[in-house]
Amino acid sequence: MNRLTLIRLGVIVAFFGLLEILCRTGVISPFTMIPPSEMAIELWALIVSGEVARGMRQTLGNVAVACILAITVGFAVGAGVHALPRLRRALDPFLTTYYAVPFFVFYPLLVFIFGMNNFPMIMIGFLFAVVAMIINTLNGLDKIPRVYRKVARMHHMGRAKTALLIELPYAIPNLFTGVKLAVAYSFIGVIAAEFILAPGGLGYAISFAYDNFDNETMYALMLFILVLVTIINMSLHAYEQRLLRRQGR
Amino acid sequence: MSHEVHARLEGVTRVYPAVAGNPPVHALGPIDLDLRKGEFFSIVGPSGCGKSTCMDVLAGLAAPTEGNVWFEDKRVHGNVPDGIGAVFQEDASFPWLTVEDNAAFGLRRAGVDAAEIRRRVDYALGFVGLKDFAKAYPAQLSGGMRQRVCIARTLVLQPRLILLDEPFGALDAQTRLLMGDELLKLWRETGATVLLITHALDEAAMLSDRIGAMSARPGRFLETVETGWSRDRDSRMLEGETFGHITGRLWQMLRSESQRAMGHEGGVA
Amino acid sequence: MAGTQTAYSRKDHERAERLRYFGDVALVIVGIVVVWQILHMLAGDVAISSPLATAIRAGELLGSASFWPHAAETAKALVYALIIALLIGIGVGTWLGAHKLSGAVAEPILVALYSLPKITLYPLILLVFGLGIEAKIAFGAIHGVIPVTIFTMNAVKNINRVFLRSARVMKLTAMQTATRILLPATMPEIVSGLRVGFSLTLLGVVIGELFSSHRGMGFLVMRAIGLHDVSTMMAVTLILAVAAVAISSILLYIDNRLHRRV
Repeated sequence: MNRLTLIRLGVIVAFFGLLEILCRTGVISPFTMIPPSEMAIELWALIVSGEVARGMRQTLGNVAVACILAITVGFAVGAGVHALPRLRRALDPFLTTYYAVPFFVFYPLLVFIFGMNNFPMIMIGFLFAVVAMIINTLNGLDKIPRVYRKVARMHHMGRAKTALLIELPYAIPNLFTGVKLAVAYSFIGVIAAEFILAPGGLGYAISFAYDNFDNETMYALMLFILVLVTIINMSLHAYEQRLLRRQGR
Repeated sequence: MSHEVHARLEGVTRVYPAVAGNPPVHALGPIDLDLRKGEFFSIVGPSGCGKSTCMDVLAGLAAPTEGNVWFEDKRVHGNVPDGIGAVFQEDASFPWLTVEDNAAFGLRRAGVDAAEIRRRVDYALGFVGLKDFAKAYPAQLSGGMRQRVCIARTLVLQPRLILLDEPFGALDAQTRLLMGDELLKLWRETGATVLLITHALDEAAMLSDRIGAMSARPGRFLETVETGWSRDRDSRMLEGETFGHITGRLWQMLRSESQRAMGHEGGVA
Repeated sequence: MAGTQTAYSRKDHERAERLRYFGDVALVIVGIVVVWQILHMLAGDVAISSPLATAIRAGELLGSASFWPHAAETAKALVYALIIALLIGIGVGTWLGAHKLSGAVAEPILVALYSLPKITLYPLILLVFGLGIEAKIAFGAIHGVIPVTIFTMNAVKNINRVFLRSARVMKLTAMQTATRILLPATMPEIVSGLRVGFSLTLLGVVIGELFSSHRGMGFLVMRAIGLHDVSTMMAVTLILAVAAVAISSILLYIDNRLHRRV
């Protein structure tokens, strides 16, 4: 392990240590926050009892559907729009301001239309993730240097072969950035939706615990989500960095 | 040396059509050029004079607006013929492939059998001095080494005409001299015809049998200079007197053209 | 003369090009409205109100006195949150950008925080700040501060060192270096951070209002849902979306202008 990682670990441990001390000494009241050690103990109990697994199945299922949809649709739309420069120029201002629209205001509407089931949550996750994939697909295809198309022609390659054997491999690291963001955004979308209004899932469980003043469960689940999502996001991030390094970018 | 014509440009012009309200750009010509079989020919000229356009037209990457292009008695008109290889100024090594997979790229497309690919790739990598880096990715190599990957990728296809569009443009001066030596070795051993596009007069003077000096846009040949070097030459001739004469002569022709290209209309004598 | 002629024709062409561009953008907007209308016809008035009905309802809301306190509440929370996010973000970002080790340690942590579903922390915010506007401000600021920090950090880290050496050669004071060199050099990236920060801050504030709140635009949406008042719900959503896109477009325009200069 290198020095940077050690320092980083130290910073994180110090942060939780400080929280622990503040909670234990009563500077932070137990009605506001419970000590991190108790969160962990409580979380273990929840995991053993199978309560976490139930919520997690639903949440992960929705996230998976939302992000697979977002990745495939986002890639297809991105590649299509890239081929039509005029449409692309007209869409650009909408793509760049898309995330300024606070999406979750649509969620109540979706629940209203489709009922209280998984579909509205998947929709929110999808809507939140798909544009990141579109933007990164366009970005990746933009970055392919013109000289590669010349090389392809020198090798007597047609349009389809050029796309498959040269353009796609070149764009992969950027496409993967889109995938990484799509996963993170699907999580944000689905969990936020569960939190606001939902029949189940981890976000709902936190919101439910909050409404019932059950701080132990609430903080245990919070810890769980934050750790789970951080592990997933950071693994994708590490892989992305490896791809980028291999491409020398 | 035989004077058999290997490739020929006849009254070739290239005009880019009007775009975005800009008038059409007359980039090149009309020019005539006979490339002799097995010679090393360089084109020098001020920036933007149409050197690269000239190469694109010859390679079949662009069709001439007027005139005809011939390669080995076949007409080239915007279609890349067999037997021509090209190396460009920009780094065009494939970053997702290892050095050896880069080199094998064209052979795999052509469906050559594995043993033959192995043999030719080994030879080419040995030739450009990258044998120890066969398993490396381009990102792990320097700019000059990456350009050598591209040369190997072209070399394995055994082209009879090799086009080089400022392949060392992005490299430092000393590396360029050494790369020039390698280029000469490649030219001698393969027996291919080489066309080098460059803006560096010393590079052209050192490497070529003949040098075509091109005017500012639209590029035309001002004059063709014969160097009279023996086939067996390398960068050490930089010490000699003849070398200075050739670069001096080229600069005499190109100075006012370069000034025109820089925007000094008319030039200063 | 040939020269002037081409100059004119280029100007004409640019004008035509710009007209065509705005025409294309207008077409995209028309496309969105058409899709909306079709959805309305498929789903009916109970689920999706028509574009026209929504626009009329939005007009009524904008003209009614009871709407504005809610808009003001959201705007106030947004402005405060954004100010906090900018102050902290630029301060911390400058430090992390200037101090190499801190920056290297912090970067992955910032990236991790950026993609976290911060909504899970909202109960904590509520427990700390109570149910008033403070919670919304804090939640908005939490969302906005990370992108501002990241952009500022990168801007400071990537300042062309030659600028600083030139400043020393020209014998600028520390103050002059800060205001004449550092600020203009980092400005484009900081504005990019502000643009992304604005979007996320608004998101944070609105999520705050959707959950346990009694004022603001988000609250209006939730109340309309409770009353099955689809046209109000959609009208508030529309107003919010249009305002957000308008502000973001202005920021994007400034952002592009600044980046073109560099």
